[in-house]
Formats: sequence, C-alpha cells, structure tokens
Amino acid sequence: MSVARAEKPKTESSPVDYAKAPINADLKPEQKLGFLADMLRIRRFEQASLKLYQQGKMGGFLHLYIGQESVAVGTLALMGQNDHAITAYRDHGHALVVGMSMNECMAELLGKATGCSKGKGGSMHFFAPDKNFWGGHGIVAGQTPLGLGIAFALKYKRLKGCCLTYLGDGAVNQGVFHESLNLAALWDIPVVYIIENNQYSMGTSLARSSAVKACLAERATGYDMDWDIVNGENLYEVRAKTWDAMQRAHEKNRPTVLEIDTYRYYGHSVADANAKKYRKPEEIEFYKQNHDPITLWENRLKEEGIADDAIIKKIDDEAKKEAAASVQFAEDSPFPELQDIFDDIYYEVDMGTKAGKTGRHFFND
Amino acid sequence: MPVITYRQALNEALAEELERDESVFLMGEEVAEYNGAYKITEGLWKRFGDKRVIDTPISEAGFIGLGVGAAMMGLRPVMELMFWSFAYVAYDQIINNAGCVRYMSGGLINCPLVIRGPANGGTNVGATHSHTPENFLANTPGLKVVSPATPYDAKGLMKAAIRDNDPVCFMENTLLYGDQGEVPEGDYVIPIGVADVKREGTDVSLIAHGRAVLTALAAAHRLSEEFNISAEVVDLRSIRPLDEQTILDSVRKTHRAVLVDENKPFCGVSSQIATMIQEQAFDDLDAPVQRVCSLDAPAIYSPPIEVQQLPTADRVIQKVLAIS
Repeated sequence: MSVARAEKPKTESSPVDYAKAPINADLKPEQKLGFLADMLRIRRFEQASLKLYQQGKMGGFLHLYIGQESVAVGTLALMGQNDHAITAYRDHGHALVVGMSMNECMAELLGKATGCSKGKGGSMHFFAPDKNFWGGHGIVAGQTPLGLGIAFALKYKRLKGCCLTYLGDGAVNQGVFHESLNLAALWDIPVVYIIENNQYSMGTSLARSSAVKACLAERATGYDMDWDIVNGENLYEVRAKTWDAMQRAHEKNRPTVLEIDTYRYYGHSVADANAKKYRKPEEIEFYKQNHDPITLWENRLKEEGIADDAIIKKIDDEAKKEAAASVQFAEDSPFPELQDIFDDIYYEVDMGTKAGKTGRHFFND
Repeated sequence: MPVITYRQALNEALAEELERDESVFLMGEEVAEYNGAYKITEGLWKRFGDKRVIDTPISEAGFIGLGVGAAMMGLRPVMELMFWSFAYVAYDQIINNAGCVRYMSGGLINCPLVIRGPANGGTNVGATHSHTPENFLANTPGLKVVSPATPYDAKGLMKAAIRDNDPVCFMENTLLYGDQGEVPEGDYVIPIGVADVKREGTDVSLIAHGRAVLTALAAAHRLSEEFNISAEVVDLRSIRPLDEQTILDSVRKTHRAVLVDENKPFCGVSSQIATMIQEQAFDDLDAPVQRVCSLDAPAIYSPPIEVQQLPTADRVIQKVLAIS
C-alpha cells in the first residue's frame, strides 16, 4: 500500500544506529521505560480528554497530540536547568513531559479554577514558567519570536541554555517565523526551532501549502543556519539530533531548525469537521499500524530485553489510572468565580502595588 | 531648573534607567549606531555599548516578539518603533502576546516591556505613517497606554513605564520632540494613571492628551484673551489606567466639557471620556459634551490641508463658544 508522504528522503531505513549516539548510549533501562511512561501518559491523558470533549464538558478547541508523542518526549527530556521550551496550541504533550500534572491540565480543559491557568487559558494555553515551559500559544507562529526572546534573555544573562521552540508545518509560512530565523542567525541566539511536521496544516496538506515540498527545514539555509530532518518515530534519533542542536546552542550560541517528521491521528482539532475528508482513513490506519511511536518504542524495549508485555501493561495501566484520576479531579473542581475574571490581567493590580492602585484599570458599567 | 527639549528629556530618562538597572536594554531600528531616527537615543550606544543598545533589522514583528519573550524572562526591554504606525505589522505580538500572556497563564507570567515611539499626524507623511493607535491599544486589558505632552511629563512617565511590571505603550509625538520645558535634574517618576491640570479655569474643561493638550492650551489662552472665557485644561497623560477623578472634578467645577483628541472620532479615546462623563457627571453638565477630533478620513498628505485635519485651536474655540 502506498501512502503519499511528502517526497522527502526517507530516513526510516537509515543505517545510522542512533541508539549508540553519546546522548543515548548511557541511558539506563529505567530512563528508557520512563520515556515509554511519558508517551503513554500523553496518550491516555488525551484519550480521556477526548471523552470529556465528546460529552460536551469542554468548550472551544481540543487539538490532540496523539501520534506525535515521541517528539515531545524525545526532545524535552533533554532539557537541563537553563533550557526552556515554548510551543503552539497542540501543547498537552509538552506540558506533561516538562512535569505539569495531569490534574492541573485536565482541570484547565474543563475551565476549572484548579487548572494550570485557573481556567483562563484553556487547551491551547498551558504554562509552567517554574518548569521553564512558556506555553501554549494559540496564534500560528506567534510563539516563534517569543522563543527567540527567551533564548536572547539566556544569552543576555550569560546562562548556558537554549529555548526549544516548537511549531507546526503550517507555521513555516508565517512571516514572523522568517523574521525570527533571520534575527536568530544574525545575532547568534541559542534557539532551536523544532518543526513538528505532521503533514497537515489543518486540512491543507504540505504539498498544497509549501512551494518547496521535500523539506521545510531547508528554509534555514536562507538564513545561514544549520538544519536537519529527523525521523520522529525513532526516539533515539529524535534525541540524538535534538541534542546536537542543543549543543550547538549551548557551545556556540548558534540556532538550528529541526524538522521532525510525525503524524497526528486525529483532526487538526476535535472540531475538525473534515478530518476524514482531506486524507483517507486508510492513510491514518497505515500510520497507526506501521509508524506508531509508542508501539515502535515498546518493540525496541522488548528487543533490548528491557520490557515485556507485563511491564508495558503495568506502565500503561498506571497511565490510565492517572488519567482517570485527573478526570475525577477536574470534574470535582469548582469553576472560577465571575469576579476572578479581573485577576491576572495586570501584575501591578494583582500585587496591590501603588501603581496597581493608581488610576482606573478596568472599565465596566 | 534646567530647560531641555522633550527629546532630551526622553534621552535622560533612558540613560538614567540604563544606568540604574542592568536588565534594561534598548532595541529598535537605528537606535544605536545611527543614534535614533529621531535622535531620542543619541549617544546611548556609545555610552552603554552593543549589549544594551541594539540596532535591529526592519523586522517589527520579529523584534517586538523577541522583546516580549525577553520580558517574560525578567528583562526590561525598551523597544523603539520608528513610528507607532509600524506597530500594525507587529500587532499579534503586542496584543496577543504582550497583552494576553499574563491572563492566559493565569497570572504566572508578567511582561515588563515598554514599546515607545511617535504616534502622530501632522508631518505630511501620508496615512500609513500618521496613525494614532492609542485607542486601539487601550482597548486591550493587559496593556497600559501613556501619552506625555511636555518634556517634564515625558521624562517622569518614561521612568515609570520602564519600572512598571506590565507592558506599557508609550506614545510620543515627532512634533513635540523639539519643544522645550523645565525638567529637574536627576531622578523623579510621574505615576502612570495620574492626570494633570495644565491650566486652571472655571467656565469649561478642555480635556486632552499628547499634543492636543498644547492645542487646548492655545485655545484656552485665546478664549481668555478674546472672549473672557476661563478654560481649564486637563492633560490625561495616561490613557489606561485612566485618572477619572481629575476629569470629573474638573467637569463638576466648570459644568462644560470639550474633549480635544488627535484620534479619529469613531471609538477614539475621547469617546470613552465622553461616555464616562455622561455616566458619572450628567447632573453636573450645563451643556452636551463636545469633541474636537481629527477629521474622519485617512491622514491627508497635502501640507496646508493636513494642518486643518488635526484639531486646531480655532475648532476648539468654536465648540466652546457653541456651548457657552
């Protein structure tokens, strides 16, 4: 069966064994099982959230990450103390990997006061600056200069770190992304742009959205910047190539564009009415059968003798249990009060400073 | 007290804040080696170096977004827009990111950012370079908007803006850069959200911000000389937060209000002031609130006509006479 993937050099049969890359060679079995747990946690969390959405308990949009789990896990697990991350609206996976709890995330989806943004942000706007995670941004490519600014601040403060700045394949055609690339390369800013190429910008395939179809990361050459393409279903490869880019940022303050091939099983959002029209169900099924990053990692762990079906089931059961508990937590949590709508707008007002008490800030009837 | 220009007052404020706080940096087109398109940053690159005063490519969305990200990390960027008209290509960054990130994060993040530059018509540069977006920006909860009319206010408000922990849009005016006024040496801060009565009067309140304050003052002078009408001039200085009390106190004293506003009339800043006065001081009014705004068309190029498109003292006087 032939499935039209963008006419890109296939990296799936790459002769390089990325398991032997320095960043992977010393991984302990429990770390490898941890990656599996993280991927399963994302999937089970999102499956639980989908049920809530279908029950009408959630407003707005729900952009599911299912199918792409290896990208968030492979990249974000590399973050050190001074590494930061920022992404777009398909942000649940990133949030869970950086250490946000399922409870606060599920509660946010239901618009509850116990949510990570107190019910003010919703699905697209999860933040945890204490975990170096800066969102969760709703406007396509709008976060790309923010990642640049975060990395700029690291360099300004003379901290050895970088900002992993995620975007989708649809975002590469936005002007501000190109402005960001130019500034990053011009000023030696330690930012790593990670294009999660799931092949569809909403319902528009890559072939219908990009003039150059074979490769998106190659656009970096226009800005004198290093780039690479990554087979996203191979966790070892994701880690190895991302680490190379992070090293380039840490050691030389040089930016990189990585394009990580991946695939989403659900529509652009759950409200995507044409989710099964712009691509054939057979295509989705093909990816589930042959390219599922979790199945592939499970198989790898079995081959390495690290896991068997019983161990995998135990990890999966824990993820399901955690997800179910988060649903319960979210359902049991209260909604914000109407007057809470006026908190978290101005820092000075929230803190009750003199500036916050000077002049009228809000203009209600 | 030393007499310096509005331009020098801003320059002093920037220099003193750069000196005071290592986290402050300036960024924008031509701010460093060129010394500023309008020379607001003159000498600062030479004095503070490449790290603190940074020239950008012409790339407003990119560098304003960078400033937002850097501010989220605790730096205090002061970003120059050569014209506020150019904010329109960076609008997503200003409104969605600077303006909304605190709310979206449930208060986990704040954005101590200043975006500054001239926002005015009257310089014969056509519609695209003559916008006055203070009303648009003040329409976004999360942003603050200030608009100083004098050198003294420019310096004090700039210091307040840089020290503020929320994003502040600082609206200057190229026609004011050369104006002179008394400015004390050294540190002082004018709180954001405090209006100033620039001229006391008893018969009518002229309420304005930015250069329109000077138009109102010129009108008040002539009203006194030629018509024996005592006009009070209230300078908003800050649009959001807004000092409603000073406005209401003035209107309750004079019982008449004429709002002078270089915004276009539809949903301009003066629209908000007018609705606030009728809501809160209706019984104190002896006449309908009147407005003098820019004539409601894109800014015309033709030099002698553009002068008339902006509020003039003559138009202010006509409105005052109509309700006196």
